[in-house]
Amino acid sequence: MNTPQANAAATRMTYREACKQALREALLSDSRVFLMGEDIGRYGGCYAVTKGLLEEFGEERIRDTPLSESAFVGAGVGAAMAGMRPIVEIMTVNFSLLALDQILNNAVTIPHMSGGQFAIPLVIRMATGGGRRVGAQHSRSLEGWYAHIPGLRVLTPATVEDARFMLKGALADPNPVIIFEHVMLYNMEGDLPSDMEKVDIAHAKLRRAGRDVSLITYGGSLFKALEAADALAAEGIDAEVIDLRVLRPLDTKTILDSVAKTRRCVIIDEGWRSGSISAEIGMRIAEEAFFELDAPLRRVCSREAPIPYAAHLEDACLPQVATIVAVARELVRPS
Amino acid sequence: MPALGADMEAGTLVEWLVKPGDRVKSGDVVAVVETQKGAIEVEIFLEGVVSNILVPVGARVPVGTVLAQIDGAPGAAPPLPLEPAAAALKPAPQILAQAPPMPAITAPSSRLKITPAARRRATALSLDPTMIVKGTGVEGSIRLADVETYASGAKLAQRPAKKGLDLSQMRQAIAAAMSRSKREIPHYYLTETVDLNAALTWIERFNAEKTPVERILPAVLFLKAAALALREQPQLNGAYENGAFIPSSSIHVGWAISLRGGGLIAPAIRDADKKSLAELMGAMRDLVERARRGNLRSSELTSPTVTVTSVGDRGAESVTGIIYPPQVAIIGFGRVVTRPWVVDGRIETRPLVTVSLAADHRVTDGHIGGLYLAAVGRLLQEPDKL
Amino acid sequence: MTDAEIRALILELIGEIAPEADLALARDQDDLREVFDLDSMDFANLVVAIHDRLGVNIPEAHYNQLFTLECAIAYLHDALTQPKQNDG
Repeated sequence: MNTPQANAAATRMTYREACKQALREALLSDSRVFLMGEDIGRYGGCYAVTKGLLEEFGEERIRDTPLSESAFVGAGVGAAMAGMRPIVEIMTVNFSLLALDQILNNAVTIPHMSGGQFAIPLVIRMATGGGRRVGAQHSRSLEGWYAHIPGLRVLTPATVEDARFMLKGALADPNPVIIFEHVMLYNMEGDLPSDMEKVDIAHAKLRRAGRDVSLITYGGSLFKALEAADALAAEGIDAEVIDLRVLRPLDTKTILDSVAKTRRCVIIDEGWRSGSISAEIGMRIAEEAFFELDAPLRRVCSREAPIPYAAHLEDACLPQVATIVAVARELVRPS
Repeated sequence: MPALGADMEAGTLVEWLVKPGDRVKSGDVVAVVETQKGAIEVEIFLEGVVSNILVPVGARVPVGTVLAQIDGAPGAAPPLPLEPAAAALKPAPQILAQAPPMPAITAPSSRLKITPAARRRATALSLDPTMIVKGTGVEGSIRLADVETYASGAKLAQRPAKKGLDLSQMRQAIAAAMSRSKREIPHYYLTETVDLNAALTWIERFNAEKTPVERILPAVLFLKAAALALREQPQLNGAYENGAFIPSSSIHVGWAISLRGGGLIAPAIRDADKKSLAELMGAMRDLVERARRGNLRSSELTSPTVTVTSVGDRGAESVTGIIYPPQVAIIGFGRVVTRPWVVDGRIETRPLVTVSLAADHRVTDGHIGGLYLAAVGRLLQEPDKL
Repeated sequence: MTDAEIRALILELIGEIAPEADLALARDQDDLREVFDLDSMDFANLVVAIHDRLGVNIPEAHYNQLFTLECAIAYLHDALTQPKQNDG
């Protein structure tokens, strides 16, 4: 994982390990915290994030659940109302659709309808995204859907440091928070500065500064954007990369500041383009930075089809570095 | 940047008359801006201390841009910027399984393809972007770099902003305002011939005892009569905006002054109905002199509630005007002519003037207009009471 | 005051009233109002300026004697050599 600055006093670890350390820290520091989800105990989680936690913390706090997303997310809502700090894992965003009623009609709505008498300090983690050759029903990117909902905070950690520290901020939030972990990030490695203790969960972050074009992205597409920026630099095009980190509430200012600087913008979003978070970002730029623009807004999104199983088709469907480079180049140096 | 005309979009700051730290009060002239109507002195309507000059000399900025900050000015809200409503209607795109990479552009090809940032920069530099032949941006659009390149090349040829009138710009402003008027305002026109025997006889006697500077012109009587008659028909005095007529409690007459070499400007004579004839003559004299020199003030261009035009002794016999939006009436006085006229059943020669009214039919009907012209004629029969 | 001086003064005063006027255009027999596009207010201002500079109070009835340079010079010449007639 090529995080921008390599710190001498840093620990190298995988994104998966960073997620696990975050969970361990939460379990150790607050007795109200417990984990719940399918196969997270004995099996160690479908992406092995919780492996070993059952042995360390026991069945009371690492709870395997029946295969019913609605039931265990609902249980998480109830536990949060009762004062616990549940961390619920849903295997992938695809299956979260079974729990949408609990998330939208209960978790998000109860604090509002109770006039603030009930807080729902619930954290839901779920894997998202494609690229693992696991077929359409396991490969979707629906973060943008969740970012549509007022009352939710939607986090998309893309780096080891965000994977390690965003959970702490999420647990401190009295309202429900969803953390999306992109499936292609778990095995990536990065350096975690040893003096680092927390990150904010409110702002986008400039991952690479540039003058010519802004590449705005999040989650699993961040590293594609950074790689594209390297390729563009070799051509003499200076690309800036913004990691959104938080899809809701959206940090519009960082986006607008970047666009005001570069005046050109490509949004990279693994979600489908129609009605996506990229559409929202593009519209905010059009609304609030129209006169800064020196080129049309552009997007690189997933093709509007169910994500295919076959490798070459899946690759063709998802945003790729070469596409990002081509689209950005065309904005800066039209052919 | 104040809006100094119905269709003004931008102005160039020519001179600052204050600097940070200066104390200002309502009515002070703080800056001079060059507009399509010439160089205009910008007044301030607040009290306080200039804390910050935000627009440098030479910059061309859109109407609504804050020019400077005044400390100690309660509720000094900057004017709202005017954004022209974009009304680009596009046919519903066909539904495609694969969204097209770029929506088809349905705007007519004659429209200039220029990026928003480039257009703004061109405006700031007072450049006409249509002069840029080739754009290097996406789809051949003119982009920021093209404007900068053009500006650096054009800098030598570009004349510096100076005080005075730019007649071609004024032509454009008149074209825009008058086209809008004819497009939007359903005018109706009435004329009335008025016997000026009493008025001119009275002026002759009045002027005979006066030094040149105290003498008055017939136009002063016209102006006063037109203003006083508006008291009787207040529906001709005010503004039609956003679908409704807003009457004005004051009668500020825009006095039309034609400029040599072309162009026309109608600065306000405030409260014309309350001024004496001598005061009106002084105000007219002052406006004409300053209009000739290009030294009018911002408030003088924005405050008229009605316009009066008098063609003088070298003009045509009658004039039917085009209303200056958002006003709802313009009153015209033709050249005074001597003609046969029936007085008490006998034909006599009399000096006559044709008084015309062009009024906005959305606000008044011909009956009101007729009553108004009759009042003007009646008032001109008793000049000593004006 | 010589006629040449009177002529120069009239043109100078017109120049102040009509800053954009090309004074070289003036020919002695032309109507000043047409050559320099002077309206009645401009002409009234010219009479005021003459009064200020020369002390000659031109009655309104005599305005038509000032419409050309030739007439105006003659009129002012007379007025200046017979000061009692117009003591302003």
